[in-house]
Amino acid sequence: MRAERPSLIDPWPVRIVVGALIVGFVGLFLALPLYTLFAQAFAKGVDAYLRAIDEPAAWAAIKLTLTVAAIAVPLNVVFGLAASWCIAKFEFRGKQLLTTLIDLPFSVSPVISGLIFVLLFGLQGWLGPWLRSHDVQIIFALPGIVLATVFVTFPFVARELIPIMEAQGTQEEEAARLLGASGWQTFRRVTLPNVKWGLLYGVLLCNARAMGEFGAVSVVSGHVRGRTNTMPLHVEILYNEYNLTAAFAVASLLALLALATLAAKAALEWRGRTEIAS
Amino acid sequence: MRRPILWLAAISLVLAGSAQAQTRLLNVSYDPTRELYVEINKAFADKWKKDTGEQLLIEQSHGGSGKQARSVIDGLEADVVTLALAYDIDAIAKVGFVKEDWAKRLPLNASPYTSTIVFLVKKGNPKAIKDWADLIKPGVEVITPNPKTSGGARWNYLAAWAWAKDTNGGDEAKARDYVTQVFKHVPVLDTGARGATVTFTERGVGDVLLAWENEAFLALKEFGNDKFEIVVPSKSILAEPPVAVVDSVVDKKKTRKQAEAYLTFLYSPEGQEIAAKNFYRPRDKVVADKYAATFPKVDLVTIDKAFDGWTKAQATHFADGGVFDQIYKPGAK
Repeated sequence: MRAERPSLIDPWPVRIVVGALIVGFVGLFLALPLYTLFAQAFAKGVDAYLRAIDEPAAWAAIKLTLTVAAIAVPLNVVFGLAASWCIAKFEFRGKQLLTTLIDLPFSVSPVISGLIFVLLFGLQGWLGPWLRSHDVQIIFALPGIVLATVFVTFPFVARELIPIMEAQGTQEEEAARLLGASGWQTFRRVTLPNVKWGLLYGVLLCNARAMGEFGAVSVVSGHVRGRTNTMPLHVEILYNEYNLTAAFAVASLLALLALATLAAKAALEWRGRTEIAS
Repeated sequence: MRRPILWLAAISLVLAGSAQAQTRLLNVSYDPTRELYVEINKAFADKWKKDTGEQLLIEQSHGGSGKQARSVIDGLEADVVTLALAYDIDAIAKVGFVKEDWAKRLPLNASPYTSTIVFLVKKGNPKAIKDWADLIKPGVEVITPNPKTSGGARWNYLAAWAWAKDTNGGDEAKARDYVTQVFKHVPVLDTGARGATVTFTERGVGDVLLAWENEAFLALKEFGNDKFEIVVPSKSILAEPPVAVVDSVVDKKKTRKQAEAYLTFLYSPEGQEIAAKNFYRPRDKVVADKYAATFPKVDLVTIDKAFDGWTKAQATHFADGGVFDQIYKPGAK
C-alpha cells in the first residue's frame, strides 16, 4: 500500500511538526485566551460573577443584544435566501454586480459601516431633519443598531447558500415545474430542503456575528448605559471603569453564546451526515 | 415562521412599555465623569422624588468630549451635556441645539466644578519627572489622549504650551518647539481620557500620564498608593468643565424643568460635596475649605488670559490644519 501511494502518507517527522504547530497554535490563540477569560471572570468567586451579571445595565445589554439578533438574523435569512436563489438559479443582467454588492460588507471596515448610517440618518445627514420632524429616532437607538448589524451580517447567509445552490444546478427545479408545481411550491418543496443544512449553518454564523459586532454598533449606539449598550459595548465600558471582574463576566457570557453556537453547529453537521448516510 | 414575528412584537411592546413608565433624562458627558455622575444621579433622583413625587431615570453616556458633542450634533437626544470644555458646547450651539448664551445661564461660566492637569507616574518616580521640562528628557514616554477627540487632551496640550510660553518669557515659537518635542515622546494617542488612563495603568505603557487631577486621584484609589503617585507641576491650567441644558431636546421632550433642576443641583452643597469626594475641585467656599487638604495649591493660568478664550485656542491649535496638525506627525522622529 505504502509503496503504491507514497504521496498520501507523510513521513513521521513532518506529521509531528505539523501536528505540534497546529496544537500549539490552537492552544496559544484559542484555548489560552478562553481559559484566561473564564479564570478572570471567576477570579473573585461565583458570587462576584453572579452579582456582576445580575445588574440592570448588564441585563439591559443582554436584552438588547438578543433583540438585535432576533431582528437582524431573520431579515438576513429572507434576504440571503432570495439573493442566493436569484444568483444561483437564474441568469440576468447585473448578476455580477449583485454578487459583488453582497460581499461589500466583508470588505468595508465596520467603523465605516456605522458612519454610513450616521451620515444618512444623523441630524446633520440627508434624512435626519425629516426624521426628527416626524419624531423618528434611527441612530443612537434600537433601529440604528439593528441597521448597522444587518449591514455587517449581510453576506453570511447568502455566501453560504450560493455555492450549494450552484452545485445543485437547476434540473430538480425544472423537473418540478414540468410536473406542474408553482414557483412557490418549487422553492418550498425542492430548493429549500436541498439547502437546509447550509442555511442553518449560515444562520448560526450570522447570529454569532450579530451578537458579537462591536465597531459598527459602537458608532451608532450613543453609548447610553442601560439603553443602547450591547453586550460587547458593555464589556468595554466595564473594562474602562476598572471593573475587571464584571467585564470578564459579561465577556464570558458572550463567549458562552459563541460556544453554544459552535455546539449547535457541530450537532447540525452530525445530523446532516447521518441523514445523508441513511 | 409566524411565531418569531409574534415574539418580536411582544418584545418590542415590552421594551416600549417600560420606556414610558417614568421621566428620563439623558446626561451626555465626557470620559472621566462616570463615577461622579453615578453618584450625582442617584442623589438628585432621590431628592427630586422627595420634592415632587416624580420618579426620574437619569441615564448617562461617556466618551471623549469632542466625540460626545459630535454625537449630540448628529442626533443623540441629550437633555443635558456636561462636557470637558466650553468649545464643545459652543459647537452644539453652532447648530442651534443649545442657545448661544448658555455659558451665562448658570453661575461661574456654567462650570459647577473645576479641575486641573497633573502628572501620574509610577511609584517612586523612577524617571524623576518633576515638572514640564522633564517630559522631553531622552527615554521618557508620555501618555496623553488625542486633542482632536478628547477634552482632557486639549487641556493637557494647552497647559504644556502655557508653561513653556511663560518659562521662555512669552516666546510663542519656543512654546511651539517644546510642545512639538512633547508629542515626539507620545507613543500612542487614545481617543478619550479614560482610554489613556487604562493604557498607562493597566497596560503599563509609558512613564508619565498627563491626566485630569480627578482621573489621577481615581487611579490612585483604584490601584492603591503603592503603585502610582501624583506629581504636581509648577504651573498648570484651570480647567472649567461646563454644563448646559440642550434646549432643542428638552423643549421637545418637555423635560426642561427637570433638566434645569439637575444642573442647579450640581451647585448645591450636596452636589458640591459629591464632586469633591470624586476629586473635582468644588466651587462652594464651605465645601472647598473642607476638602482643602485634598487639592494641592497650584499656579493656575486661565484659558481666557493665556489663550484669549476657547474659540481662539480651538481655531489656532486644534482645527484642521492648525498647530497640532502641523506638529504631530505619527511615527516621525
